[in-house]
Formats: sequence, C-alpha cells, structure tokens
Amino acid sequence: MVFEGLSSKLQETLKKIRGAGRVTEKDVKEMMREVRLALLEADVNFKVVKDFINRVSERCVGQEVLESLTPGQQVIKIVNEELIELMGGTQSRINFSPRPPTIIMMVGLQGSGKTTASGKLANLLRKQGKRPLLVACDVYRPAAIKQLEVLGSQLNVPVFSMGDKISPVDIAKAAIEHAGTGGFDTVIIDTAGRLHIDEELMDELYNIKNAVKPHEILLVVDAMTGQDAVNVAESFNEKLGIDGIVLTKLDSDTRGGAALSVRAITGKPIKFAGTGEKLNDLEPFFPDRMASRILGMGDVLSLIEKAQESFDEKKALELERKMRSQQFNFNDYLEQLEQLKSMGPLDKILGMLPGMNDKMLKSISVDEKKLARTEAIIKSMTKKERLDPSIINASRRRRIAAGSGTSIQEVNRVLRDFEEMKKMMKMFSDMGKRGKKGFGRFRMPF
Amino acid sequence: MGFFEKLKNGLAKTRKGITEKIEQVLVSFGKIDDELFDELEEILIAADVGIGTTMKITDNLRKKVREGKITNASEIKNLLKEELTRLMETEDSGLKLDTVPSVILIVGVNGVGKTTSIGKLANYYKNMGKKVILAAGDTFRAAAIDQLRIWANRVGVEMISHSEGSDPAAVIFDAVQAAKARRANLLICDTAGRLHTKKNLMEELKKIYRVIEKELPGADVETLLVLDATTGQNAVAQARTFSESTNVSGIILTKLDGTAKGGIVIAVKSELDIPVRFIGIGESIDDLQPFDPREFIEALFS
Repeated sequence: MVFEGLSSKLQETLKKIRGAGRVTEKDVKEMMREVRLALLEADVNFKVVKDFINRVSERCVGQEVLESLTPGQQVIKIVNEELIELMGGTQSRINFSPRPPTIIMMVGLQGSGKTTASGKLANLLRKQGKRPLLVACDVYRPAAIKQLEVLGSQLNVPVFSMGDKISPVDIAKAAIEHAGTGGFDTVIIDTAGRLHIDEELMDELYNIKNAVKPHEILLVVDAMTGQDAVNVAESFNEKLGIDGIVLTKLDSDTRGGAALSVRAITGKPIKFAGTGEKLNDLEPFFPDRMASRILGMGDVLSLIEKAQESFDEKKALELERKMRSQQFNFNDYLEQLEQLKSMGPLDKILGMLPGMNDKMLKSISVDEKKLARTEAIIKSMTKKERLDPSIINASRRRRIAAGSGTSIQEVNRVLRDFEEMKKMMKMFSDMGKRGKKGFGRFRMPF
Repeated sequence: MGFFEKLKNGLAKTRKGITEKIEQVLVSFGKIDDELFDELEEILIAADVGIGTTMKITDNLRKKVREGKITNASEIKNLLKEELTRLMETEDSGLKLDTVPSVILIVGVNGVGKTTSIGKLANYYKNMGKKVILAAGDTFRAAAIDQLRIWANRVGVEMISHSEGSDPAAVIFDAVQAAKARRANLLICDTAGRLHTKKNLMEELKKIYRVIEKELPGADVETLLVLDATTGQNAVAQARTFSESTNVSGIILTKLDGTAKGGIVIAVKSELDIPVRFIGIGESIDDLQPFDPREFIEALFS
C-alpha cells in the first residue's frame, strides 16, 4: 500500500467521496487524513503538508461543501485549487534582459543534473531563436568541463572554458566579455554542484553572482529529493536569491512531492521540467496540469495540445468519414501510425490520459519496436494490397515478410490487428448511428 | 582521526536532525501520551524514514510501552534506539569477495555518485592489498569515461574502457577477460546512471549481469546500489527495481555529509532487507566507510 503513486492514492480517496451522496464533517476529516498520508508518502515536506491540510479542511468543512448538491465534486475542486495554488498558479518563463546578453546561472547540489539541464536549456533557447553560449565553471568534479564540451558539440552550441586551474569567478567574467564580442545573446553558466551547508563554496557562488549580475538564477532540484528539499532550496534562496527552479528526473516514478515543498518554501516558480534522457527532453512546467495529474484527472490539457500539434484536422475528419463508411484501409492505418509517432514516445502519451497511473503504466510495456515493425510490414505491401487486404494470400505474405525483414507470423499479426480494428470501428459507428452519446464522434486512431 | 570519530563527525548533521529534536520532545513531555507519539512520528517522517516504516516503529514502541508499563517519557529514547538497531542489523559479515577475481557491480539512478564511489572503493580495496581493475561501463553519459580515468589515475589502478556510445556489456566482457588474464583480485564495474523506470535500460543492466555470471561462473559477485541520502521515498522503489534486474546485495549511501537526515536507509532495510554496506561522508578519497549498523545507531544517539 505504501508504494502507490500520489495520484492513485488520492483517486482512491476521492472515489469514496464521489460515491457518497453526502459528505459529513467526519468524511472530510477522514479524507484529509488520507490526503495527508498520500502527500507524506509523496515526499512533500511535513510542514507544507500541515499547512495544506489545514487550508483545505477549513474550506471543506465550511457550508460550501456540506450544503452543496455534489459535495464530492466540490471537495475535488477545492483540493485541486489548493494544489495549484501551492504549486504557483500559472507558468513562468525566463527573464530576458532588454540589453543582451541575458545571463543565466545554474546552481544546485551535486548530481541534481545541472550540466545536463544547462545543455537542454541551451538547446531549447536556440530553438526559440537565441544564440546561447555555455560556460564551464565546474572546476572541481573530474571531467565536468569535458562533459559540457561534449554536450555542446552534440548540440552545436559553443562552450566557453578555461580549464580547471582558474577561479570560476574569473571564468564567468571572461565568458561574459567573450559573449559580447562573439555576438551571443544568452549566456548559461554551469556551476559546480555543492552542498548548501558548504559555506566556502556558497560564498563562491555569491561572488560569481556579484561579478556577472545574472538576470536569472535557476536552482536545479532532483524531483526524487525527500524532506531535505526544503532546507536546500531555502539555503540557496537565502544566499543567492534564486529566480526559479528546474525540476529534473521527472521521468522517474517519483511522486515528486519535492516540487510542492520547494515551491511552497521559496515562493519561486518551477520554470522547467526535465523529462527524459534526450537533449530535447526539457519542458516548460505547468503547475495547473501537474496538479490535475496528481488528482488523477490526467494531464488532459497536455494531451490535447500535443494532439493538436501533430494531428491534421482535415485528415482526422476524412478518417472519421472513412471509419463510418467502412473504407478504412492500410494507407489510413499507416498514416495513423505516423501521426501517433510524431506525438512522441507512447508511454509519455499514455501517462497523460486520465485514469492512467504509475501502476497501470507499469503493466503496459509499450513496445515501440513493434510499432516500427508494423510500419515496415505495411510499407512492404503493394498499393493494391494496402487498399484491399483480402487479396493477401500465402505467397504475398511470404514476400511481405521478406521485404520487411520480419516473419510470416508477424505479418499475420498485423493483418489480424487490422481486422480487429475494423471490427471495433464498425461497432463504434453502429453505436453512433443508434445515437449513443460519446461514441458517435469517436476520433482517436485506435 | 579514527573511524568512529570520523563517522561521528560525518553524522553530526544527522544526529542534530534526529536526536536534538527527540531530546526537545522528550524534555517537553513528562509522560507518554498520544501527542508524544505523534511528535516522534513527525520527527522520523521529517528524516525521510517514510510513513510506513515510521508507523511500524512507533507501533512497536507503543506495544513495548504497554507491556513494560513505562511511564517516563525519557525511557522512550533507549527503546527507540534498540528498535532502530534491531532493524538495521544483518546476519552476514559483510561483502563476500573471496574468489580471484571477484566482482563488484555498481548500479544506480543518475547523479547519485556512482563514479565517485567507485574511485573511493578502488582506493579502499587497494589499501587492503587487493589488485583492483576498473571497468568503464558508463558509455552513455558525456565524459563519464574520462571522469573514471581521472579516478583510476588518482588511485593508481588499471581501467578497461571502450569509446563513448559502445555496448557496455562488451566493455564488461573485456574487463572480465583482463581481470582473469592479469589475475586481479577485484573487478569494479561502473554502469551508466539509469532511472529504474526505463525498461530497456534495466534490460541492458540484466545483460551486463549475465555477461559476468557467464564469464565468471562461481565467482563472488556483489551488486551494490548507490543511493543518494537526500533521496526521499523513491529510494525504496529504486532498490526494489534494481534488485529485480541485478540481485542487489548491498547499498552505498552517499552524500550523508550534506543532509541533516539519513532515514531512508532505515526504510530500505525495513521494506526490502537490503543492508547498507558503505557510507559516503565527504569529498576526499578516503571518505567512504564501511557501514556498521550498531555504530551508526550509536553515533546517531550519542
């Protein structure tokens, strides 16, 4: 029971309330006990949890809930609202200086992911039309400078370094000068990881700050951090006055309570989230979406946005027509696969769907390779075969298998899946004809 | 500085975190009541012990209080100490590394301090007179191989490496052959940091483990999971998942000098019965110490 995700835990609790017709004061108390446990299991700092529970209970126990017609919904709404409030309302962006270069300084504990986050941020900013310069100020960890240089060359972003014999303050100063003459409009300074209680190294950060006057100091925090996240964030904020937080390793199965704690303690916004191993896996942080995700409502907004980016409205309408009229063929299937692929890794998309939680995701192992093989198999079919799969006989199957580098069994699987899907579509469109709500406008590819 | 002294210093923050608060509570409460237990629970939770383990501990305490008819709040401390020591003890006598060669495989998520720990471990075993070889199995992260090479040079041991981006299992294979050929006592294998939720990367780890088992049948192989002491409850999930793919036999707890807490070790031991073998309590090369549960708890409460 201890290791279920925060969202599944809350969902469970909320389900109890959802099912009940009326919520009593006792119900609220019991529910808040569960919310408290869930938040603590999620590594939210216990002081933050206390405040949160008090605030929510106060609002829930009031008449607002007890006299309303759908008390369950009211409670969900309040918990959601307070969670969003706790995580900082709306999204924030980098403060760009009106007079370039904009200077961004990355700070944090050892191993929080500063160097990788610096590289990802440079990549993101370059995509937005900036000319970033990475600066290697980690003169302590063996090969840290080399790491940034390798990242820079992978991204094709220049890296400024002066080796590990020069003080980071001087490196930072020289880098800013270099940015001015080199025509860079953004400078990202990667500093060495340090303990928040290491006064000497914290002083060094303070000196870098004074020397280059960064427009943005970003604290990099590991999303898996426990109760201590508050102390770390507080110390860095007190010493340097941070402007924002980058939350890394969010692609783990951590419940990420550190996000709530850090935000509540410093009052500074979480600006970016690291969500993967690849250098473009840095996303803006959306507190409202994270809150609704925690509540198990799914990251519906993110999903809709992603789908809109990659789906062509006209094609979708055409597909819907085809599905209804039973003309769906392998060309359409292939198109769907390609659109699905352009939305990003499947397990990420699944994670955004409402009702999906860590536990369910774990049981579904999304096999991207299988998708690729399916694609190869369809592409090995002739135009005629794609339009009319019924002509695919044994010898055609052999040819398709050989052409796609797969086996006849796999070709059979694809043919079977396709037929299954057609059957399902027929079911859906029949339902639509009978006027059943919800299925009539079924539009998802699968 | 002796070991005990150093451990005590390293744990000073931890001790401050837990014991001072406990003392405070015990002073402010003359008798044992629910409020006292609530406070104790809060202290353990704040130390990242986790709510499940905390409840287990306090429930046991309650039982003992009832049975022993203890009425004085200050006696609770000894009971709690006993409780925690009992929880952290193991039956075996540490790592088993008797065969030539024997292997230590180091695994963990990103940024916990695997490479640094390997540097310190190599130094520790070299000082014990063992011939140590390192395998640069992190072929993924930029400059990870260079980082390990610097450590290898610093300690003065050999390192086997391929280029960045190559198959880590192939590196381990070559390293095993080298260890056999050069009659090394101990092969320490680095691996790339990986989140335990990445199925394909955990499969890669299994493959590495299989290579070792296949090439060195009957050899002593210890898989050590490196945990960052600042990590919260997710550490238990990490320990569980890594165990499933590589049969984790112990834990290296790093960065214990930085955080005021260290309670996650207690949770991991309690939930999964994986013992802590070493702790990292500083930046320098000899700041890796064998973990002694009794001394750990003693130092925590002294």
